[in-house]
Amino acid sequence: MITRLLVANRGEIARRVFRTCRDLGIETVAVFSDADDGAPHAREADHAVRLPGTRPADTYLSAGGIVEAALRTGADAVHPGYGFLSENAAFARAVLEAGLTWVGPSPESIAAMGSKIEAKALMAGAGVPVLPSLALPLPEGSRAGAADGLAAQTRDWPYPLLVKASAGGGGRGMRVVREPGGLVRELESARREAESAFGDGTVFVEPLLERARHIEVQVLADAHGTVWALGERECSIQRRHQKVVEEAPSPAVSPGLRARLCEAAVTAARAIGYVGAGTVEFLVKDDTVAFLEMNTRLQVEHPVTECVYGLDLVGLQLRIAEGAALPETPPEPYGHAVEVRLYAEDPAEDWRPQSGVLHRFDVPGAGTAFAPVRHGLRLDSGVEDGSEIGVHYDPMLAKVIAHGATRAEAARRLAGALARARIHGPVTNRDLLVEVLRHDAFLAGETHTAFLEQHGLPGRPAVPPAVPLAALAAALAQAAANRAAATVQAALPSGWRNVPSQPQRVSFRVGPAPAPDGAGADQGVHTVSYRLTRDGLRADGLPGTVLVGAAPDAVVLETGGVRHRFEVARHGGVTYVDSPLGSVRLTPLPRLPEPVERLAPGSLLAPMPGTVLRVEVKSGEPVAAGQVVVVLEAMKMEHRITAPAGGTVAELNTAPGRQVEAGAVLAVIEERE
Amino acid sequence: MSRLDTSSGEYLARREAMLAKLAELEAEQAGAVAGGGAKYVERHRGRGKLLARERIELLVDPDSAFLELSPLAGWGSDFPVGASVVTGIGVVEGVECVIVANDPTVRGGASNPWTLRKTLRAADIALENRLPLVNLVESGGADLPTQKEIFIPGGRIFRDLTRLSAAGIPTVALVFGNSTAGGAYVPGMSDHVVMVRERAKVFLGGPPLVKMATGEEADDESLGGAEMHARVSGLADHLAADEHDALRIGRRIVRGLNWVKRGRAPGAVREPLYDPGELLGIVPEDLRIPFDPREVIVRIADGSEFDEFKPLYGASLVTGWARLHGYPVGVLANARGVLFSEEAQKAAQFIQLANQARTPLVFLQNTTGYMVGREYEQGGIIKHGAMMINAVSNSTVPHLTVVMGASYGAGNYGMCGRAYDPRFLFAWPSAKSAVMGPAQLAGVLSIVGRAAAQARGQAYDEEADAAMRAMVEAQIEAESLPFFLSGRLYDDGVIDPRDTRTVLGLCLSAVNSAPVPEPAGFGVFRM
Repeated sequence: MITRLLVANRGEIARRVFRTCRDLGIETVAVFSDADDGAPHAREADHAVRLPGTRPADTYLSAGGIVEAALRTGADAVHPGYGFLSENAAFARAVLEAGLTWVGPSPESIAAMGSKIEAKALMAGAGVPVLPSLALPLPEGSRAGAADGLAAQTRDWPYPLLVKASAGGGGRGMRVVREPGGLVRELESARREAESAFGDGTVFVEPLLERARHIEVQVLADAHGTVWALGERECSIQRRHQKVVEEAPSPAVSPGLRARLCEAAVTAARAIGYVGAGTVEFLVKDDTVAFLEMNTRLQVEHPVTECVYGLDLVGLQLRIAEGAALPETPPEPYGHAVEVRLYAEDPAEDWRPQSGVLHRFDVPGAGTAFAPVRHGLRLDSGVEDGSEIGVHYDPMLAKVIAHGATRAEAARRLAGALARARIHGPVTNRDLLVEVLRHDAFLAGETHTAFLEQHGLPGRPAVPPAVPLAALAAALAQAAANRAAATVQAALPSGWRNVPSQPQRVSFRVGPAPAPDGAGADQGVHTVSYRLTRDGLRADGLPGTVLVGAAPDAVVLETGGVRHRFEVARHGGVTYVDSPLGSVRLTPLPRLPEPVERLAPGSLLAPMPGTVLRVEVKSGEPVAAGQVVVVLEAMKMEHRITAPAGGTVAELNTAPGRQVEAGAVLAVIEERE
Repeated sequence: MSRLDTSSGEYLARREAMLAKLAELEAEQAGAVAGGGAKYVERHRGRGKLLARERIELLVDPDSAFLELSPLAGWGSDFPVGASVVTGIGVVEGVECVIVANDPTVRGGASNPWTLRKTLRAADIALENRLPLVNLVESGGADLPTQKEIFIPGGRIFRDLTRLSAAGIPTVALVFGNSTAGGAYVPGMSDHVVMVRERAKVFLGGPPLVKMATGEEADDESLGGAEMHARVSGLADHLAADEHDALRIGRRIVRGLNWVKRGRAPGAVREPLYDPGELLGIVPEDLRIPFDPREVIVRIADGSEFDEFKPLYGASLVTGWARLHGYPVGVLANARGVLFSEEAQKAAQFIQLANQARTPLVFLQNTTGYMVGREYEQGGIIKHGAMMINAVSNSTVPHLTVVMGASYGAGNYGMCGRAYDPRFLFAWPSAKSAVMGPAQLAGVLSIVGRAAAQARGQAYDEEADAAMRAMVEAQIEAESLPFFLSGRLYDDGVIDPRDTRTVLGLCLSAVNSAPVPEPAGFGVFRM
């Protein structure tokens, strides 16, 4: 029996495992990096061990450090969560060799599936359908000669192609290549990213199956030969090869197809003598079913399966690890579950990850956290009010899961909860998720991996229609706050004038603040102009709008006989207005701005804090428009800073390895006349 | 408690009449706000400049109140209403300040005699109430054709600035444009000076004058530009990049004053139980008809509470204690116009009590003066009136006066008219002030004329008498109206009766910037 379990992970998945442990009476041990000091997962465990440093290699990827932590705390088992060391056979082996129980498949199973290249071969041998891998005599480095050779060899390949990291996951080290010319560069870039993320730079190439569905089967196998296939999940809606909406069952899988998929999955699991929870992923397009990979761990999206089957998969993982046998057959599935991944990222800005303080995080109506729910809402969150969203880890804030009798019911429940959620802080993909969940094509079940691109999502950042009223509410709430904070004449009417000469004006920048380099979803400046007269509110541009009540944190406005309540919160210079009309983020502009120092035209600024990876130009060199000048690594992603126009590098203020702050001037390009 | 019947025809008629007067007031004030008119406003804006009131709006704290003073200055004169300057009390960084802003769209912001009086009045308010003074300067100097009325008394402007400073009341000048010749002493005498780059021009003599005086060729910038004053002469403490920057620096300066009010802090504030909107229907159009001032008090006092003093004695004058925006006040309000000996003695005693308690006094005027007639003269009405005037004159607590209706004769004095230096004096549109009522005045002239004719043995020309009476009556009526008197700075503004509580609350807060005064040196005389 497991009595004390260490979770070699962080965030919501650590909390997810802890919850089951508490249910079962197992003591919990957390590990945390310096960046996660005080994080919820570290706080709520019975014991917590600091892993000094912030780099993953020093912390959550430090197999030695984690095993040592388990021994030091007297843990008798280790659960790896997902990501980090979850599919690292050496780690599993180290855990076992330390005499601890490993909650997961055997190191051999992990190794068999760990290399995607080998896994494909293994599956093909077992009769599971696979896509052909393109033979790639990968040259070392990117020396010009080798690259030329490669380009010549690959000219006739069936483009578009997909470059994948053999050790990969989560879209990292993955690149789409549409023409032979881009292959070398993308290979190099993917290799570097894979090396950085997984410590293994091996990549491979296969044909890209466009607009296919991503469908995966959850398997659960005990050590006594029982293998369950717990139906399929569809995870087709992705951005940058990263799943954002997941559901069970798939709207496109017929009972016949389901049987085929489940059979293939069970075959795959049996082929390697798999024990534990795992997921077999397929690409499905029309009649084509192709094995993608097998994930030898719990998936991020496991909650949809839990909700449909009413199972606690972590609980089952623990029992299997303890040697228990699964019942012969799994329970019958019921209803439909949809999960979304709420990310701190700006979909309108190329999904740029966002960091900063999450001042408020509240998804109303969640019936459960980290546990299956029927006809309700489940919230698996790694964050709470006040959490700092850092640059060190994946910017996923939480998973929100809705279950209903039907798919439509679950989608409506989930969209409603997201729309009502209070999320104050970094920009998130919330609006996009709501848009997807309410999209006709989604509701019709027409999902595939290019869903967002096909439907032009996220749309051009239009100014939300709620802005005029929300901004008025923000101004009135601010006025109420100003009056409440007044040290003299506090009881006088707001903005009172005996000789009125002009309305009260407040200007807001709508939407997220522009990035320091000036790029950004600039939704413009909206100016509220109003007077509080003896006869009530007179708001320019909003005739007939009645002020029912204004407090610093809430304003009630009536338009056309309908009352709307606006909740107003101010954090760190940003005003968040939430109402049934939508959530609006407004930055009040100073009435008397400080005169700004003007930047030299053509300055290239760091869009976010990060480390300079490469500098691809030299001072004085000519550059073409769009040419990469500097490559910055931040939030585990490579960001290319390109020349906005052709010209000459007039200034170069940086070098590889240097840490830069957001807004730092990296280079100045003097434009060609 | 209120007995006002808001459904009565009387109430509605009074309300109607008051609304008509308020519409006229609004039109006059709109004239002042329009400044020099669309053409000059456009030209000013075209230079990227802010209007005087826009500067003020950006200077004061967001959503705070601003009480504009003397907005009708110059009404009835040859000069535009408003007198090319905006003055008032506003809150800057939590500090109540007197703000004076030239309106450069009106004849270049040049000072005329009314500008001077309005500016001097603002400085008096700053000094009496210890309010820091912020000047928003952009003025072409004196209106030369009327220099005889400006030049000599105008020196007081600069004297006042340094006296304020000497009294520990900070003075700040934000210079947005011209401030030349005498005007150069506004920044010259101020504690803190900000000049806007490429805009502020501060010199004693401009290029033509210098050329005439010494033959030297010099340009604007080197004679008095902001850069020069910031870098060379040291007259400017801060160089602002633009107008917004100047206002930002101005706010920062005020924040840095670390200003502490020396008066009393207000207690909890309660709104009146009765609707202040109903103040419109209280004053009769015909001021010969008295009205109960308690109907006014319950619509301006906290919680509509009024603790009456001597209600059974001298009932023609209502006296008592109330709170207004959390400040305790003593109220004297005329109930039936006439002041008899009892009313005068009651007032004198009440004023002394307020001084003993160091409680500010609010005078609500509707008086036709002290009673005349044999019985009253013999009863000592002059003596008793003198007691009241004595008490008002030497009372040291702040006085606030509101002329609601009539303010005739020595009643104007006893009820703390302008000559008795109330800290603030405001009039309702229904107010009228004169030595006596127009009809009485014309009648007196007629009687005197008739007696003179009789003495000379001449027949009295009745027709001419009627014409004279009509003419005099019309003239006196016109000259007793509030716009006329406000135009001559005999009050600090004509206000909407519905704003009375707000205006008095703001003034009570302002007067408490100064310390609570010491009481007079005698015990209270029982009257």
